[in-house]
Amino acid sequence: MSVDLSKYKKDFPILHRKVRGDNPLIYLDNGATSQKPESVIAAESNFYRTINSAVHRGAHLLAEEASQAYESARENLANFIGAKTDEVIFTKSATESLNMIAYSLGNPDSKFNVSAGDEIVVSEMEHHANLIPWQQLAKRSGAKLRWFSITKDGRIDTSNIDTLINKKTKVVAITHQSNVFGTIVPLTEITKAAHAVGAVVVLDACQSAPHFAVDVKKLDVDFLAFSGHKALGPTGVGILWGRTELLEKLEPALFGGSMVDSVSMEGATWAKAPRKFEAGVPNMAQAVGLSAAIDYLNMVGMEKIAGHEADLTKQLLDGISKISGVDVIGPLDMKDRGGVVSFTVDGVHPHDVGQVLDQYGIAVRTGHHCAWPLMRKLNLVGTTRASFHLYNDSSDITALLAAIEQVKIYFKVGK
Amino acid sequence: MELDSLYQEVILDHYKSPKHKGLSEQKDIQVHHNNPSCGDEVTLNLLMSGQIVKEISWDGIGCSISMASASVMSELLIGKSYQEAIKILDAFVELMQSKGQSVGDENLLEDGVAFAGVSKFPARIKCALLGWMAFKDASAQVMA
Ligand SMILES: Cc1ncc(COP(=O)(O)O)c(C=O)c1O
Repeated sequence: MSVDLSKYKKDFPILHRKVRGDNPLIYLDNGATSQKPESVIAAESNFYRTINSAVHRGAHLLAEEASQAYESARENLANFIGAKTDEVIFTKSATESLNMIAYSLGNPDSKFNVSAGDEIVVSEMEHHANLIPWQQLAKRSGAKLRWFSITKDGRIDTSNIDTLINKKTKVVAITHQSNVFGTIVPLTEITKAAHAVGAVVVLDACQSAPHFAVDVKKLDVDFLAFSGHKALGPTGVGILWGRTELLEKLEPALFGGSMVDSVSMEGATWAKAPRKFEAGVPNMAQAVGLSAAIDYLNMVGMEKIAGHEADLTKQLLDGISKISGVDVIGPLDMKDRGGVVSFTVDGVHPHDVGQVLDQYGIAVRTGHHCAWPLMRKLNLVGTTRASFHLYNDSSDITALLAAIEQVKIYFKVGK
Repeated sequence: MELDSLYQEVILDHYKSPKHKGLSEQKDIQVHHNNPSCGDEVTLNLLMSGQIVKEISWDGIGCSISMASASVMSELLIGKSYQEAIKILDAFVELMQSKGQSVGDENLLEDGVAFAGVSKFPARIKCALLGWMAFKDASAQVMA
């Protein structure tokens, strides 16, 4: 099945740019951030043009309209991930979402919390944003951090899951799709094991929610985080989703205006979720922009986007397999794999690979992808990573493959 | 191609056959510098003899620019007085900050002028400076 999404490319103004001479921009760095369609840019700026005011405050018309726009953005996001509206918390980013949840879980006043002697489980292929907050929580609380290892082809090794996830485990924090390998983790096995021992599962959906349909109920996770900017939305807005029963048990991590039920000089009590977790004037225009991005993704269709990215991934994997001295890091097949392909070129450092590709107008990511421990484990200094979104097409892959050949010629490696 | 101004032949040569790579036994000090944004690393051993830079040896992993630059730096600074070495270092740093406007003083920088093109690629300046900053740190500590 081949999916044609070519009619959508024109909606992304930045993709009309010419770069490094007269090359059309070929943007293959979607794992880092995605480009924005005109409708998102318009939604964000229209917020400022027409209804800008502080939500949930003030008795005037603008405040009413802004609050309405903000709350309907929440509803839209909730529908997008199959959640209840009040379970969706707007944050600044996935990084903030993950830090917030780690803080809340570490607060001894939370009715579900992590304390000395408990265990937290992550994996070796977490982004730093889903590793360091848990390292720090372990350090603060006296809990122990443990992790799944990675197999040679970049999959999670679940062979020791029965001992790794045990009755001491309180939290399993795991990526849905690796930002380095593109592998999609075997979530069912992990959520079953976690729930069997009463642990909660925190899912880092940064690389999944923007690319294929994600339903929190079907996935049976307990918390989920992703960033708006990787999902065609603006920067400065992210999502933290949590089950109502759990959100009720947790203390907030940030304190201030709008999140209280009542306040005296001695103390305060909290509003109900989601307000409890949204201290201060939120990133309103960005939330509204993200909602427009969700509309756009829904209009194209998540199934189609996933199918299209699978086509491109397969084309790139096939193409790389025919170039000597160029190796894919991660699975070579299409099973449980999304639109992220990491590779190395023998004898050429990733930074140099990226530089040559850039000369042809091709934007990729190079380096350790904020997954330093993983690179160490693989004995790699880094990789070059191509990652897709709906506006990429088969000619982008053809151009990338040709440019990889040029890298080899330029650095005089292989034949 | 714009790329050729970055990857001068001299740079590619130093990258393929780096000079003074491999850490020496004798040293006054060892420093380790890295570039957390790209993961490049350099470990540098420095041996001074009074005011004179007697020996620099280094090891590291990184891109062509960072490795070639460490190689050129060690070639250039060994045998110089501390004062001269710092003068050369300052000239190299200035060249890197020149945004493509300077060709560099060949009398002072020798092979180092090959890096002039790097100054047009903001993301690569840190690569070119990695080994030099390791030397600066090491020598300042020894001379303190
Ligand atoms: C898997 C994964 N988790 C977390 C993050 C952090 O996202 P942000 O920097 O938008 O907070 C990223 C972004 O690179 C990611 O790829």
